[in-house]
Amino acid sequence: MTTQRMTGTRIREKRMDLGLRQAAVAEAVGVSPSYLNLIEHNRRRIGGKLLADIARALGVETHSLSDGADRDLLDQLRNAAALAGDRAEVARAEELVARFPGWAELVTMQARRLASQDERVRALTDRMAHDPFLATALHDLISAVTSIRSTAAILVSQEQIDADWQRRFHENIHNDSLRLGKSSEALIAYLDAPEESNQSSDTPTGQVDDFLARNGYHLAALEDGSAAPGDIVAQSGLTGAAAALLAGICAQYAADAQALPRVPFAEAAAACGYDPAQLAVQFGVDFATILRRLPCLPPDAGHPPMGLAVCDASGALLYLKPVPGFAMPATGGACPLWPLFGALSRPSQPLRAEAILPGPAAQRLLCYAIAVPMAVPHFDMPPVLRSTMLVLPDMAEGTAQPVPVGVSCRICPRAACASRREPAIVGTATAL
Amino acid sequence: MGKRVLLIEDEPNIIEAIGFILSRDGWTVYTHQDGHTAMAKVLALPPDMIILDVMLPGRSGFEILRELRSTDVTKDIPVMMLTARGQEKDRDLALRLGANHFMTKPFSNSDVRDYVRAMMDA
Repeated sequence: MTTQRMTGTRIREKRMDLGLRQAAVAEAVGVSPSYLNLIEHNRRRIGGKLLADIARALGVETHSLSDGADRDLLDQLRNAAALAGDRAEVARAEELVARFPGWAELVTMQARRLASQDERVRALTDRMAHDPFLATALHDLISAVTSIRSTAAILVSQEQIDADWQRRFHENIHNDSLRLGKSSEALIAYLDAPEESNQSSDTPTGQVDDFLARNGYHLAALEDGSAAPGDIVAQSGLTGAAAALLAGICAQYAADAQALPRVPFAEAAAACGYDPAQLAVQFGVDFATILRRLPCLPPDAGHPPMGLAVCDASGALLYLKPVPGFAMPATGGACPLWPLFGALSRPSQPLRAEAILPGPAAQRLLCYAIAVPMAVPHFDMPPVLRSTMLVLPDMAEGTAQPVPVGVSCRICPRAACASRREPAIVGTATAL
Repeated sequence: MGKRVLLIEDEPNIIEAIGFILSRDGWTVYTHQDGHTAMAKVLALPPDMIILDVMLPGRSGFEILRELRSTDVTKDIPVMMLTARGQEKDRDLALRLGANHFMTKPFSNSDVRDYVRAMMDA
């Protein structure tokens, strides 16, 4: 009915723009003025020959009166209005689209930009809370300030302090003040540096990431089979390359969900402590499928946080589900020590490793990874490998020799790392 | 010989300052800088009280506290946590895990001394 109502409004607007009387147009197309009046007020359906005749009488293309593409614009406009509460005249949205399509497009574009900026702010807030460099830098600052404050308080107290202690405390204050200066400069340099953000909603990958994040990486309609991958892509509103990327992800998701139905799989996963090896044996599926499937379990069902990364043989990320403590730069340049990349050199061999992040918190993450060929091999051609890594931040066991990973060299404080490929943009004074 | 306080903290200058203050106040101060081996140090002493930093190399103070409270010989030792993170959730976590007191850096020397006295008198 929306299209019908909009078509009538369009006819009326166009006729009035041309300065034509209703009776004249009605006569030209062979209907009564009162019937045309009903059409123009969206009280009668119109289509086929009559719509074509009216379009001809008004000198326009038929589709310009009935183009269904504007339904999307109308829906987006209503969504934008919903964000503004009850201040917008929602009932007159059709009129706005019909009379001022450019303005309507502008409103919806700005609403999309605002939503995208909100996402970005949330991501940056998350980064501030979990960035290992910031945690280290702030810890250094507070430690230096604490030391200076305590030492200075001792020196200015009325107590008698012998000369040796006085000299040591003066030296400590001097050293801490130097450290404080360096740490402050490093922090300012870091905060002034160009942002290295994973949020890139302007790219197809970024748009797909945004869509998956909004859905909590759990696509319920694919779980119960109530929708096909194509339906999800259509509902996402994504087009072009982003739609193609999402279609591939949804197809894989649907196949995994069919192989490992949610309820029995979730129960078995919880029962075995989310051990991929046990689950692979129990369900008789390959290891990579288990790694992909576990992070798709609904986040609000009591499962532990589970991250996922998938890359090709070049190390380019094809899929990333970040979780607190685990992130990778979407544009490349990730730490090469993650088991995700190590698995590429040992195809088909499952890896289990405990990773430890830099910084004072030294967060540990349990990682499972495997790289498997994705296509039929050809003579004289390298195999098409795809590596998959599951990350379980809450399930590390405190192994004696964890793998010292980072996010990327640019913000990693490990000075002596043999895998470093570029200097950190901040000092690496703290050996971690 | 005064009562024994074990200070588990990785910043040498903070160790020196707190050690000086408490020594002057009559305590015998032991220090340790590594999270991994902290528990072994506690068991070897064991001290009358522990001042425990949250962010330590190798193992967090929260993990050490959890183990202290689940080990028979250490479960009743008073523990004061030191942290650069003053968020409510950290304070809640420390107290829930069994810390007797939680102090945010930077702190004043007199606060440290007063709390140590109070905890030992309690």
